[in-house]
Amino acid sequence: MTSSTLPPLPPLPRPYQDTAAYWEAAREHRFIIQKCNNCGEYQFYPRGVCSHCLSSDLAWQDASGRGEVYSFSINYRAPHPGFADKTPFVLALVTLAEGPRMMTNIVDCDPDTVQIGMAVTVTFDDVTEEITLPKFRPAYTKVR
Amino acid sequence: MASSMQDVAIVGVAESDIGVVPDKSKFQLSAEASRLALEDAGLSIKDVDGIFTNIITEGGQFSSMMMAEYMGITPRYTDSTSIGGSSFVVYVEHAAMAIAAGMCEVALICHGSTNISDRGGKGGPVSQATDVFGPTQFEEPYGISTVGAYALAAQRHMHEYGTTSEQLAEIAVATRKWACLNPKARMQDPITIDDVMNSRVIASPLHLLDCCLVTDAGGAVVLTSLERARDLKKAPVQLLGSGEAHTHRMISQMPDLTQTAAAISGKLAFERAGLTHGDIDVAEIYDSFTITVLLTLESLGFCGKGEGGAFVSNQRTAPGGDFPMNTQGGALSYTHPGMFGIFTVIEAVRQIRGECGPRQVPDARVALCNGTGGTLSSTGTIILGRD
Ligand SMILES: [Zn+2]
Repeated sequence: MTSSTLPPLPPLPRPYQDTAAYWEAAREHRFIIQKCNNCGEYQFYPRGVCSHCLSSDLAWQDASGRGEVYSFSINYRAPHPGFADKTPFVLALVTLAEGPRMMTNIVDCDPDTVQIGMAVTVTFDDVTEEITLPKFRPAYTKVR
Repeated sequence: MASSMQDVAIVGVAESDIGVVPDKSKFQLSAEASRLALEDAGLSIKDVDGIFTNIITEGGQFSSMMMAEYMGITPRYTDSTSIGGSSFVVYVEHAAMAIAAGMCEVALICHGSTNISDRGGKGGPVSQATDVFGPTQFEEPYGISTVGAYALAAQRHMHEYGTTSEQLAEIAVATRKWACLNPKARMQDPITIDDVMNSRVIASPLHLLDCCLVTDAGGAVVLTSLERARDLKKAPVQLLGSGEAHTHRMISQMPDLTQTAAAISGKLAFERAGLTHGDIDVAEIYDSFTITVLLTLESLGFCGKGEGGAFVSNQRTAPGGDFPMNTQGGALSYTHPGMFGIFTVIEAVRQIRGECGPRQVPDARVALCNGTGGTLSSTGTIILGRD
């Protein structure tokens, strides 16, 4: 396949000060989360300060990679040309075992089987050489 | 000079040409709506000394400077608060504060957008971003869209409370009935609950007819002190109470997908007005999606949490129902130029003045407007009444 026939990419993150460590870990297939050394709370998405107490004393931890579906929607329309070949896809909010919620996609399953409350586990989508997106799959399915 | 926010009135309202208006820029639509709203008030652009707009500029900044320059005015009070479609309802509160504090005397709130013509006359996605800087990089790579975000809230509400797609459809059907009474509304053909249910799913559980229109439009609202208002062309419409709040920017950070910031802004507006829900004769609730209305009605306290589906059933919000709502046809069936908030205010003022012809709510004395902006992120609530 030549580059001219590749479908366009979805919009991808441009790592910055707050998020570079997160995306670097994702590239190595590690899912990490920030914990505040001052108040002990976890937070997602990564920030330069704690969103609970405004401390800058934050530590990165390996997250469990487990969570459950808080809500989801099967999307039939591409919001961007980069999703034209991906519909229908499952947009979801997952509540992580550590507490915070994050947006993701539920993959490796029939979209019609996704349910709120479903246990899910992290999986990694290497979109480009630089960017890997953490996504989630049903916890009962085997790792590819 | 006004000494409190309740000594401020809305004295002029207007929309521009609306629908598909490919031959006019968004700036022209905003300025023409402003001219018409000032004519409605019996004022001129020379009287305006406060401007409030977040018209979308190239680069996304400097909205109030752009519009003031475009219309040739030099305001001494300026506000480009940009919290989405709720901004225009919030501007009413901000303008009232500015007038009450003597910071300006005649406030102009205006908006214009060529949201449909910018897309070549068709709806659908416009994002072409290739890389995402800032916190939205934790949403956009996963395919977030406005409808997708609101769909997440709808799905969660259905899960927690058993709300059904038929109940959401009730809102779309009732709103269309109002549109059929408004010659300016884009959609003029009645629809049924089955029509909504059979329209294609865009983002489950939301169907095409659960979603607002995409149109071009401009709108404007003029405020001044109640004292000055009494000498102007039309009966003043008094600001009785107001509130504003936001709970998050991104839907993934929303504390509770089934409750909006209207729980805060609505409570403030009722408290400041000294009124209760039973006092409201007509409600204008920003209906970006059917679920937006349902969540807003619950958050404002018109019904209990989880009771929104039952509340809107049996066409309660339709013409002749006991809860007249979105009486111009709403964003679902009248017009929706990206941000709708200003049109809730325009319609509420016309209802209180008794100018609405076949869609007039009999003896409408007190109206509530609620704008929602972002992805269920921000709200502004105002309560308006006769002087
Ligand atoms: Zn902390």
